[in-house]
Amino acid sequence: MTVRERGREVGGPPPVIPVEMELARPSVSLWRDAWNRLLRNRMAVAGGLFILLVAFGALFAPWVAPYSYKETDYANNRIGPKWPEHIMGTDKLGRDVFSRVIWGGRVSLTVGVVGALTQFVIGLTYGSISGYLGGRLDNYMMRFVDVMYAFPTLLFVILIMVVLGPGLVNIFIGIGAVAWMGMARLVRGQFLSLKQKDFVEAARMIGAQPLGIISRHLLPNSLGPVIVALTLGIPGLILTEAVLSFIGLGVPPPFPSWGQMVNEGWRGLRAVPHLTVFPGLAITLTMLAFNFVGDGLRDALDPMMRGTM
Amino acid sequence: MAWHHGYYPSFLVWSGVREMLKFIVNRGLWAIPVLLMVSIVTFTAMQLVPGGPFTAGAGGRPIPSEIRANMEAKYGLDQPAWKQYINYMRRLIFHFDFGPSYRRQGRTINQIMFGNDFWSDPLHAPVLVSAQVGLVSLFIAVAIGIPLGIISALKQNTAIDYIAMFFSMLGVSVPNFVLGLILILTFGLALGLLPLYGWGETPLQVIMPAITLGTSGTAFIARLTRASMLETIRQDYIRTARAKGLRERAVVVGHAVKNSLIPVTTILGPLTAAWLTGSFLVEWVFSIPGIGKHFVLSISDRDYLLIMGVILVYAVALIFFNLVVDISYAFIDPRIRYE
Repeated sequence: MTVRERGREVGGPPPVIPVEMELARPSVSLWRDAWNRLLRNRMAVAGGLFILLVAFGALFAPWVAPYSYKETDYANNRIGPKWPEHIMGTDKLGRDVFSRVIWGGRVSLTVGVVGALTQFVIGLTYGSISGYLGGRLDNYMMRFVDVMYAFPTLLFVILIMVVLGPGLVNIFIGIGAVAWMGMARLVRGQFLSLKQKDFVEAARMIGAQPLGIISRHLLPNSLGPVIVALTLGIPGLILTEAVLSFIGLGVPPPFPSWGQMVNEGWRGLRAVPHLTVFPGLAITLTMLAFNFVGDGLRDALDPMMRGTM
Repeated sequence: MAWHHGYYPSFLVWSGVREMLKFIVNRGLWAIPVLLMVSIVTFTAMQLVPGGPFTAGAGGRPIPSEIRANMEAKYGLDQPAWKQYINYMRRLIFHFDFGPSYRRQGRTINQIMFGNDFWSDPLHAPVLVSAQVGLVSLFIAVAIGIPLGIISALKQNTAIDYIAMFFSMLGVSVPNFVLGLILILTFGLALGLLPLYGWGETPLQVIMPAITLGTSGTAFIARLTRASMLETIRQDYIRTARAKGLRERAVVVGHAVKNSLIPVTTILGPLTAAWLTGSFLVEWVFSIPGIGKHFVLSISDRDYLLIMGVILVYAVALIFFNLVVDISYAFIDPRIRYE
């Protein structure tokens, strides 16, 4: 008798698989397998391509952008989108919005990538120490994280930015100071469960040093969730930068960032909505792209988690 | 309310009550060092901020140094930092006095945060104005997010699921100030359906801010509910429930939904705290007189005590709502014991 569950047969006699067929599939490594699964996810691929496009524009902005980000043209200020001279219009100083959006990608992507790296280094170090050593030290270290969590994150970043002053490097410091905590918790949790596993016990038994155990066994095995968390954390970092720029604590003008452009355009929302809409769209689409890639990565790296958060 | 398979929540029996009281007291006591740490860190950070409240006057003109010295002496800013801190905490703990505002002459932080006369007019107190916007957002998030997640999970991999999940991904991705401006542009300016900004004149004024604030939460809750629901409907007890012939509706509502709400409750604590204390961007964009705007203004104004005040109010709200969430677990999941 077979039982039907959601249209799929479960139970019943196992299908007979001929030996040749079993061997037909070449062996693939875990990462290769994950990569293949990622490529089958259409939204993740679309997101990845979009990020590549923005990154290409940001990297080669001087050649890609039709105008410089600070080139003013007072005769043609605040004109709406016009093909082909100003496809996103111009702002109140007559600067080309499209060019500024391309240049602004530099800030958002740099913040995303450098912020993620900072988060990775600090969070991983903190979490590994706490999770590997455990005991009382772990307890103290995690209580500290708990206290830090009681702060309104954005407010804390703003406070740091006011102490340090505006600027890209200070944004990294401000974001780095708060963004590592989630990562530390994640790594600690991973380490706590992994270090109970038999293979870690075995490694310890044959005399492996703590650093060796961490780098050879614990880290590689917790890398999957860490990569996913990093990717899914990037939109949050981009958002933080956009908010800081929106309230005037970001990159100093005239260098453009998307949040700053939304802020500049906002007052003229009624007359010239394009000044707000295009940079706003740029932030949203970039965050959306990173979210899709992160989601795809999670499904790819851990098929058991498919369809979960 | 039908309890879970004949179990009773632990607080319905006497030992459960004691257990829970102990838990509440413990967590309440734990809040004290947390709040102390928060106040110390904030206070230290403020000492590090370059420039004080009296380095620049109205319009950014410099204030003569003698006047500045007098002003600083008046508020005790000439004393050593630790003394200022002790004085501040003493006033706060014994008199619930958050101190004077350095930047708005004659106003106290209590007035700025809680209104001129809290008890006679609580609905217009800035804290509660923010809370009202937050409450409506929370309602939107729960009322739309949870059903959306459940439907998505039940119709997994159908067009409904894909569309719902695409929109919730979009909702998570759009920054609230961008969404707010887009709403103003469409519903306010183009269609003229809703008031553009302001507060207290018509109830319609709460709609756009609440949607702006609530969208990311709605989307997040929808995704979380879906994920949790997908995990739950694969559990053995769901199969058992089906096997014993329960109607599909009873299986879904009584078993699957109830059990998949536990992780959703977890994030309601921090979300509620963030919303009730107001998102400053939303209050800024829509000109709402809540405390949200002080989150930024107080820092750029160097209004130290206001910074302290809003951060402490936020931390208290966060701790409180996390506690509420922990307690409400017992209603949803009777297996949870307080330790």
